[in-house]
Amino acid sequence: MFILKEAKTKELEKKANEIRCLTIEMIGKLGVGHVGGSLSIIEALTTLYQNHMRVDPDNPKWEERDHFVLSKGHGGPGLYAVLADKGFFPKDWIETLNKPNTRLPSHCDRVLTPGIDMTAGSLGQGLSAAVGMAIVKKMDKKESRVYCIIGDGESQEGQIWEASMLAGNKKLDNLTVFLDHNKLQIDGTVKDINSIEPVADKWEAFGWHCIPVNGHDVAEIDKAISEAKETRGQPTMIILNTVKGKGAFFAENKLSCHNMKVSTEDWKKAVAELNKAEV
Amino acid sequence: MMIKGKELRQVYTELLIERAKTDDRIVVLEADLMKASGTTPFKETYPERFVDVGVAEANMIGTAAGMAVMGKIPFAHSFTPFATRRVFDQMTISVSYAKLSVKIGGTDPGVLAELNGATHMSVEDAGIVRSIPGMTVVEPADNVQLLSLFPQIADMDGPVYMRLARKNKELYFDEGTEFELGKIHEMKDGSDVTIICSGHMIQYAKKAVDILEKEGISVRLLNMHTLKPVDKDPIIKAAKETGAIVTAENHSVINGWGTAVSEVLSQYQPVPLEKIGINDHFGEVGMEDFLIEKYKMTPLDIIEAVKKVLKRKKG
Repeated sequence: MFILKEAKTKELEKKANEIRCLTIEMIGKLGVGHVGGSLSIIEALTTLYQNHMRVDPDNPKWEERDHFVLSKGHGGPGLYAVLADKGFFPKDWIETLNKPNTRLPSHCDRVLTPGIDMTAGSLGQGLSAAVGMAIVKKMDKKESRVYCIIGDGESQEGQIWEASMLAGNKKLDNLTVFLDHNKLQIDGTVKDINSIEPVADKWEAFGWHCIPVNGHDVAEIDKAISEAKETRGQPTMIILNTVKGKGAFFAENKLSCHNMKVSTEDWKKAVAELNKAEV
Repeated sequence: MMIKGKELRQVYTELLIERAKTDDRIVVLEADLMKASGTTPFKETYPERFVDVGVAEANMIGTAAGMAVMGKIPFAHSFTPFATRRVFDQMTISVSYAKLSVKIGGTDPGVLAELNGATHMSVEDAGIVRSIPGMTVVEPADNVQLLSLFPQIADMDGPVYMRLARKNKELYFDEGTEFELGKIHEMKDGSDVTIICSGHMIQYAKKAVDILEKEGISVRLLNMHTLKPVDKDPIIKAAKETGAIVTAENHSVINGWGTAVSEVLSQYQPVPLEKIGINDHFGEVGMEDFLIEKYKMTPLDIIEAVKKVLKRKKG
């Protein structure tokens, strides 16, 4: 029942490709940015916002909405592409990324950007906010849900585990967290710097329902989110096995792709390649 | 509300409960110090609106921020060092930068940590927090002041850090006295010198004033319960009219009340200033009377500072 029909999968893949192109264009036009961690979460963001998130782009503060926290706030450009596509703000805002007086700063900002529910950028903090939101939704008997994406490097922050422990103990089954497990952080591989493995065992030990998926397979992600929504008595951790910089030839799986310079030639070539692959 | 003879934490919690009756936005968070903060009756009255996160202050502040996103007014508590310096980045980014109305209570400020000693004796809490843009810093000294300021703190759209002398039963003000958040309260007019005090130091400043007045020195006594935003005008006026100022705070003289006053004076009306407080050192175990004597924060120290500043004024 959870498996997406093939046509729907194709449609979602096409949308993810569009979002990926838009993200590359956004950072490319500026010439520098967090390419890697924006591109690794495109399928998760697209699947979530296309198929699951209850939101109203015309009323971003709608009280009955699902809430989303991008705890790894540097993935902002990927999320901005999704929000622009959904109509939370005019598409031409993407031209303003990180430019003076922009409403699209490199890290997510709830005050500046319609559709952003929480400010993030200082790693480790967003998950706590997501836990607070989920607690209130239980308190106020709201049906809506909370989603959050954290990074694997971010998982070295102690606050992640403080929040994880509380969510597990509070049995916050209205909370679904994605781990963008792209295996790279700024100074090296996560394994070499300070390994988080066995990561699924850790989350399970903290009381979470854990679902590992291919983080670039929209059907698998969609199935996992549906499973999370059906899960009772515990929060769900969806481990997205991803590739940092996915889809951009100049970035993919490169250590340098966390925050990199992007030439006009490169971003245009990457977008052309993605469009060609689409056909 | 009956406030006489009660500890400040009891009145504080009664105020939370009373407010919560008509305001379902009020929620309380603790990090394993519910008994110290005195909020147990809130938990008993509203268990579903009370969250104890365990010994995890960073997560407490982050969780409170998320609750504020959902429209709640969270009140989160710990001892002053763990409510501030331990969670400074969470207060800065998840709370103040994110423009969320989280109210944070730090208990046992300065020497009031007594036998918990240096690790719990925060002398820099108010100072570091006042450097966060958008943060209000307030020290309700007794139950009279708390009764008046609490509704303003709850109503204010923005984050607030409260310094709470949780065990204090003494009343420094007449019952029914009203205070305005962000405004200096004049306790007594005077023309020779001004003492600006806050929190626990009010009682010592009052004693110093009594002695000085007997000696024929006319002292203006101002209570600066709100450290931030700084109420400039009464400070400038006091400088113009009395020409000499002494500050008295249960906090480091670096970056606290004395510094805030000196910032105003140096910019608008420079006059001689002496600062009573903790002089750039850590705390230690000890009861309050021992500590204030060792740290030169007694009424006699205040009197000495007044005489020194008067000498400089005549200078």
